[in-house]
Amino acid sequence: MIEAVPLSWYLVLSAVLFCLGVAGFFFRRNIITIFMSIELMLNGVNLSFMAFSFHYQQVSGNIFAFFVMVVAAAEAAVGLAIILTVFKNRATLDVDRINTLKY
Amino acid sequence: MQHLWLIPAFPLAGFLVNGLAGRRMTKSFVNAVACGSVLLSLVWVLKSLYGVTSWDAPHVERYFTWIQSGDFRVGFDLGLDRLTAVMLLVVTGVGFLIHIYSIGYMAHEGGYYRFFAYMNLFMFFMLLLVLAANYLVMFVGWEGVGLCSYLLIGFWFLRKSATTAGNKAFIVNRIGDFGFSLAMLLMVVSFGSLDFGVVFGAAAGQPQSVLTAICLLLLVGATGKSAQIPLYVWLPDAMEGPTPVSALIHAATMVTAGVYMVARSFTLYAHAPAALELVGWIGLATAVFAAVIGLAQNDIKKVFAYSTVSQLGYMFLGLGAGAYSAGIFHLVTHAFFKALLFLGAGSVIHALGGEQDLRRMGGLRTRTPWTFWTLLCAGVAIAGIPPFSGFHSKDAILLSAYHHAPWMYWVGVITSGMTAFYVFRALFLAFFGEYRGNAHPHESPAVMLAPLAALALLSLGGGYFPVPEWLHPLFQAEEAGHAPWLVWVATAAGLAGIGLAYLFYLSRPGLADAFVRSAGGLYTLVYNKFFVDEIYDAVVVRPLVSGSRAVLWKGVDAGLIDGAVNGIGSRSRALGDVLKRIQSGNIRRYAAWVVAGSILMIAGIGVWGGLR
Repeated sequence: MIEAVPLSWYLVLSAVLFCLGVAGFFFRRNIITIFMSIELMLNGVNLSFMAFSFHYQQVSGNIFAFFVMVVAAAEAAVGLAIILTVFKNRATLDVDRINTLKY
Repeated sequence: MQHLWLIPAFPLAGFLVNGLAGRRMTKSFVNAVACGSVLLSLVWVLKSLYGVTSWDAPHVERYFTWIQSGDFRVGFDLGLDRLTAVMLLVVTGVGFLIHIYSIGYMAHEGGYYRFFAYMNLFMFFMLLLVLAANYLVMFVGWEGVGLCSYLLIGFWFLRKSATTAGNKAFIVNRIGDFGFSLAMLLMVVSFGSLDFGVVFGAAAGQPQSVLTAICLLLLVGATGKSAQIPLYVWLPDAMEGPTPVSALIHAATMVTAGVYMVARSFTLYAHAPAALELVGWIGLATAVFAAVIGLAQNDIKKVFAYSTVSQLGYMFLGLGAGAYSAGIFHLVTHAFFKALLFLGAGSVIHALGGEQDLRRMGGLRTRTPWTFWTLLCAGVAIAGIPPFSGFHSKDAILLSAYHHAPWMYWVGVITSGMTAFYVFRALFLAFFGEYRGNAHPHESPAVMLAPLAALALLSLGGGYFPVPEWLHPLFQAEEAGHAPWLVWVATAAGLAGIGLAYLFYLSRPGLADAFVRSAGGLYTLVYNKFFVDEIYDAVVVRPLVSGSRAVLWKGVDAGLIDGAVNGIGSRSRALGDVLKRIQSGNIRRYAAWVVAGSILMIAGIGVWGGLR
């Protein structure tokens, strides 16, 4: 039976993935790693979308997941371009040293 | 329909043509437009008067609704009745003569077209004032003539004294106009209308306190416009304007607007005897006060200016005594002889190249004979010598004053003597004796002398216009009994004034100086116009200015308003200085803010029940 894996398990996994992403965002300094943490958060959320979609037998969750994937792809393209430019200019990927854009 | 609107429309058209295009036109074009429009107006007045079939009720023409608010309606209405007819003839007739005169007088002045444009604008507003069939249209004319008065007093705007005098006239008039507008508001509240017919028809049903309040407020307006105590101070200063302006606006027409307005509202005053009594008192006080000041002035126009204030006081005395027709009669004759006095004075000033000081005139009788003889006509008219015009109107006023209260008659008689004295003092000083100036006196051109001659004829014979009889059906005032001896006393006072002036300034020239020396402080007081300007300055103007400076400017404007605005600005800035620290440039701190915000929001939604 498909019902073998309960919804809550998916949700717990999703929350764990999201929290790992948040923790990575907080505690890593390398901007590429931070970037990957963001992807982790996004996909954690995607997982819960899919779980709900399946649970309620509704297609809107799938559509949301596709949207998130599109946004993530766009973000990856733009973000990596920015990271490349920053690295060319500053020769570092440490976010604590890229802090001149402020008041 | 008589198309009454055409009467003021002609001068308005003249104003527009001259005001917009006059600068590029020749002087003869400007003359033709200015004088022609007034002449057309005069012709249309005559045509309208002939066209009226019945004078029993006012002929009112309603053109369009101007203001409509609920039941309250004000229309653009013009009306014609016996009183309006008299005023129309005076305004257009004397106005036309003065326009003609101005051609000669202003010939060498800059801003020629501007002068005539303003004069035409004045004619427009003055005709609107007298034609109005409700108080609001009247008020439009009332304010308009005040504006033109201001513009023309300050005509030579490069002279500081002229612009100051213009401001003074405007501001003092504003006080009076405030009273007028309050009276109108009170009328709207109590009558629900400003239409003459409605207001006068409903006057009998109103409580006397309301009517008295309305009449007193109207009187405030009248004292401003007609230069009565306590608001007379602007008129002597108004002589800074060109002399034809003094003649037209500040002697013959505009300053009589207050007299006209009180006479127009006679139905209201009939139900407010206390207010009417005050009209008479103010008139009498002004007549005496201004006559006394006039005795000691050395500027020929100032003498005549105080004379105007004094004669306007006479008119108010007549109104206050209930003799409305006598007051209006004096308004008419005064328009003739006072316009003539001013135009004659203008001719003298013109002859002497701008000299106005009587002490530097003299002997002009042979050099400017036409001016002399016409001015003499005005002199005997204002002095009340029979059978000239001033005699008839002044005696009508004095007679009714006697029947009102005998002491008012006696004060009036003394004033009459003073009037004769100061007018003939001016004439003797200017035209007799040796010439004391250093200009080259020359007679004025015919274009100036012709109006003088016409006005001289009117001054001499104007007393035979049946103005009181004409107005009697309108005012229905009781007939003042005739007492010949009263007439002779008044005439004797006039002759005595002339004789005294002759004694002081012709036969015994030293006597005047000796008298001045013996009078001492009293003379100084009179010569300085009782220091009224200085007193007003100290009591009203200075406290107002310094109060405005300290409280309104420094306190309210700079302190409260600017303080609030600047305070909001600087507080926002200070707050921004603190808040900008959030933007630290540290990405992980931003992330912390985002997480903290999300947690807060989720917690908030949970607490407020959003997660049911």
